[in-house]
Amino acid sequence: MNYFQLFNLPAKFDLDLTELGSRYLKLQKQFHPDQHSSGSERDKLLAVQQTANINDAYHSLKQPLMRAEHLLALRGLKISHEQRSFTDPVFLMQQMELREQLAEIEQSGDPDAVIDTIERQLQQQKKHLLQQLATALDSETAEQDQLAADLIRKLKFFFKLQQELELIEQQLQD
Amino acid sequence: MAYSNKVIDHYENPRNVGSFDKDDDTVATGMVGAPACGDVMKLQIKVNAAGIIEDAKFKTYGCGSAIASSSLVTEWVKGKSLDEAQQIKNTDIAQELALPPVKIHCSILAEDAIKAAIADYKQKHGG
Repeated sequence: MNYFQLFNLPAKFDLDLTELGSRYLKLQKQFHPDQHSSGSERDKLLAVQQTANINDAYHSLKQPLMRAEHLLALRGLKISHEQRSFTDPVFLMQQMELREQLAEIEQSGDPDAVIDTIERQLQQQKKHLLQQLATALDSETAEQDQLAADLIRKLKFFFKLQQELELIEQQLQD
Repeated sequence: MAYSNKVIDHYENPRNVGSFDKDDDTVATGMVGAPACGDVMKLQIKVNAAGIIEDAKFKTYGCGSAIASSSLVTEWVKGKSLDEAQQIKNTDIAQELALPPVKIHCSILAEDAIKAAIADYKQKHGG
C-alpha cells in the first residue's frame, strides 16, 4: 500500500507534517466505524480495516525513518526487516566510543553536564545524517537509494543511542 | 521473554570481555552492528605464528542474547585455526544457547563478527 496516496500527498521525504495531520483527522472521521454502524457487516468490516490502514500510514509517515523506509520500499528497496549485519568499521568504532561514553556517565563528577554534551553531539550527528538522507532520497536514482538505505541504517544506531541516553537520564533522576 | 540458562550464564559471567591493542600485528578486529536493534559488537582474535587463534576478546553493547552469542564465540574460537573458526555457523550458536526465533539475528551478528575478524587478519597479512 502506498501511504502517500492514501493521504493524497506527494511521495516525498520532505513532507508537510501539518497537512498530513489534518488529512489524517479528516480520513479518520470519514472512515470511523461509528459512521458505518448502520451499514452492512461488510461495510463495517471495511471501515475497521480502513481505519487500521489510516493509522498505520499516519504513524509511518510521521516519523522520518519510517517515512524514508516506506519511500524506499515503494521504489522496490525493502530494508525494514533485513537481518544483514552492518559492517562499516569506522562508523561502528564511533558507535562503540559513544556507547563507552554513555557507560561512563554515572561515574563522572557532573553527569548532567556529560549528558548535555553527548546529547548535543547526538542531535548534531542526527541532523547531519537526516539532511544527507533528504538529499539522497530526492535524487531518485538507484545509487542514491542505496546510499539512503545506508543512511537509514546509521540513523537507527543514533536513535538507539538517544533512547539509551534517555534511559540513563531517567535512572539518574530516580 | 525467557532467556535460557546458558544465555543467562554468559550474560552474568561473560567470558573474555575486553580489548587487545588493535595495532598489534597478531591481533585482528571484527566490528559489526545490527541497525534494527542498534547492537554493536567488537570481536578480536590474537593469532600465533602457526595460524592458531590463541586468545579472543569481545565487547558488545546489546541485549543479553547478543552478549551471550559473542561471549560463546570467543570461547569456541580459542585453539582453532582460522579455517576452523571460519566454519562457525550462527545456527550452532543459536542451538547451543537455545535462542528463540526473534533472537536469531544475535547469533548471525556473532557469526559475522568472527568472519569480519578473520577477514581483517587476512587483509593485514596479505591474503
